Amino acid sequence: MRQDVTVNDTEPLLQLRGIGKNFGPVRALTDVNLEVPAGQVTALVGDNGAGKSTLIKTISGIWEPNGGDILWQGKPVNFHTPKDATNAGIATVYQDLALCDNLDIVQNMMLGHEVLKAGLLDEIAMEKTAKKTLADLRVTTVRNIRQPVGSLSGGQRQAVAVAKAVQLDAKLVIMDEPTAALGVSQTALVLDIIEQLASRGIAVLVISHNLTDVFRVANRLAVLFLGHMVSEGPIANYDTNSAVHWMTTGTAPDGHAAASQPTEG
Amino acid sequence: MTSVNQEPASSEPAELMATPDASADLMANSFGDYLRIVGRRVRSGESGALPVIAGLVAIVIFFDVKNSLFLSAGNLVNLMAQSAFIITLGMAEVFVLLLGDIDLAAGYTAGCGAVIALWMLAEGDPWWVAVIVSLIACAAYGALQGIIVARLRLPSFVVTLAGQLGLAGVLLFLIDSTGSIGVGGVINLHNSIINDIENGQLSPTATWIVMIAVSLAAAAFLFYGDLRRRTAGLVAPPVSVTLLKGGAIVVAAVIIAAIANQNRGRAIVLEGMPWSVLLVLGLLFLWTVLIGRTRFGRYLYAIGGNAEAARRAGISIVGIRTLAFTLTGLTAGLTGIIYASYLGSISTGVDGGTNVLDAIAAAVIGGTSLFGGRGKMLNAVLGGLVVGVIYNGLELLGLSAAAQEMWTALVLLAAVLVDRITRRGSA
Repeated sequence: MRQDVTVNDTEPLLQLRGIGKNFGPVRALTDVNLEVPAGQVTALVGDNGAGKSTLIKTISGIWEPNGGDILWQGKPVNFHTPKDATNAGIATVYQDLALCDNLDIVQNMMLGHEVLKAGLLDEIAMEKTAKKTLADLRVTTVRNIRQPVGSLSGGQRQAVAVAKAVQLDAKLVIMDEPTAALGVSQTALVLDIIEQLASRGIAVLVISHNLTDVFRVANRLAVLFLGHMVSEGPIANYDTNSAVHWMTTGTAPDGHAAASQPTEG
Repeated sequence: MTSVNQEPASSEPAELMATPDASADLMANSFGDYLRIVGRRVRSGESGALPVIAGLVAIVIFFDVKNSLFLSAGNLVNLMAQSAFIITLGMAEVFVLLLGDIDLAAGYTAGCGAVIALWMLAEGDPWWVAVIVSLIACAAYGALQGIIVARLRLPSFVVTLAGQLGLAGVLLFLIDSTGSIGVGGVINLHNSIINDIENGQLSPTATWIVMIAVSLAAAAFLFYGDLRRRTAGLVAPPVSVTLLKGGAIVVAAVIIAAIANQNRGRAIVLEGMPWSVLLVLGLLFLWTVLIGRTRFGRYLYAIGGNAEAARRAGISIVGIRTLAFTLTGLTAGLTGIIYASYLGSISTGVDGGTNVLDAIAAAVIGGTSLFGGRGKMLNAVLGGLVVGVIYNGLELLGLSAAAQEMWTALVLLAAVLVDRITRRGSA
């Protein structure tokens, strides 16, 4: 695949250098470095209060960093508003998903980007577009895309939220706890979608508490501890024990990897 | 990995996907399927217009048993004319109700609009100038309320309650300012065209032609829409369902025309459909297209469903809310004209407070949610008929004013209760 070439050696799609963020006297992020390559799933893990949400809100333009650089496709950028980030190709799927329960799947996916014909909504064109996006993501569990989103299961809602992001030609999709509160089969659906995104050359940054899920889909792992990026690298460098050790203590486990048991996934 | 994912996906029971909320039209593969899905939707509360139609039929039967005059052609046509202004005011409320807002001032917006129109007519202005000026004034007032609600982020309940009190005062002031025109607090209507909205009728032949043409057009529109979905390879309702719906529209139109064309006069021949019915149908079509087929309409539903999601999608919430209140004002202005035509005058005795509550009740009884995101213009028409039938029927029973008021209260409460039970918590 074309993206695979770009993945390996050229600069990553998104690069954070020395990002800091203060809320008054509170230092939420200190000197954070992170690389998010295209076509790969980067998992951002850390204990509660480690600064994961602050970090993604900084990337998606909700908060501006107090220091450091954000490099997007190799060039320094300043996202003043979420719209700046969206326009650049960064789509963030928040935990609340931002879906309208009363609208159907097509209407939600096209919200704010409706197709018009003679001044009126072109429902047929919109339905075809939405259908194609869902098919590309291999979302097949939804029997009818004209059903209200409120009637969908948690995993399907997550799928619609992601599809909506992809529809806007996102190059980077950030997902905040996408599998929290989902059952086994629903989680599998979401993880499958994450893999689909990566295989299409889209960079995925996933925040997750669930290490099982992380080890299933992630190519890279980044560990935040009290606002510091304490460890970052390919997933192969970690196992569950060492990841937990990094998350809870912020330090390297002594003599890890070799002694630890393999993880599921 | 793939096999892990495939397995639970395909083992999801199909029943689970065919959730009751889903549109029965598009889920069904055959007519029998359709009936089953509709049945399930009714049981689970997402029942559309069926409960209100059933309730309407029940109330009509009750009143007809009590007084056989109720179902006479004369009374039914009277009922249509009587309900017209409740229906249009209910349609006005649908715009703001969809956002989860409310406009308590709309009754007096209509009253003030009527005063402006009748004042200008009394001054000798042409009817269309009077109507346009009155509509512009009402829309401007609606826009003002919208700006206050949307920009200052104040609750619409309080802002429009203030509006209701303020406009009640403005109404008195306006009538007072007309001087000799409004002597005794009454401005009479002396314009045959405005008067004919409620008191004039199409000739029987015209009634037949108009009703059949309108209903055939509606049915064709419906059929063509589904046909386009089918040819585009998208899920569409079964042909039998489309035909049934189209047929129902034509039958309803024929029944209305047949009733309206009976001679209901005593001393003189009085037959044909009142113009107000045509006006209501026209407005129903226009506003249904506006909220169902345009970006603005889509955004109304989106904001009412999840304002934060709408904001993140780049929708201007301030703009849409302001426009919604403006359209409520505009439609209220039109209601004022119909109301003046119905009364033949406008006076200081206009009860805009009761009218607006009747209108909101109409929209809600018809199935529009008070909490936003759910509702249709058709809801206001069906609910407005329920309210109209209740008023009309109780009057025919010859009850005292005191008893009428109390019965109205009970019947309205019962209607909302039935609605609530059939919808079971979907608010």
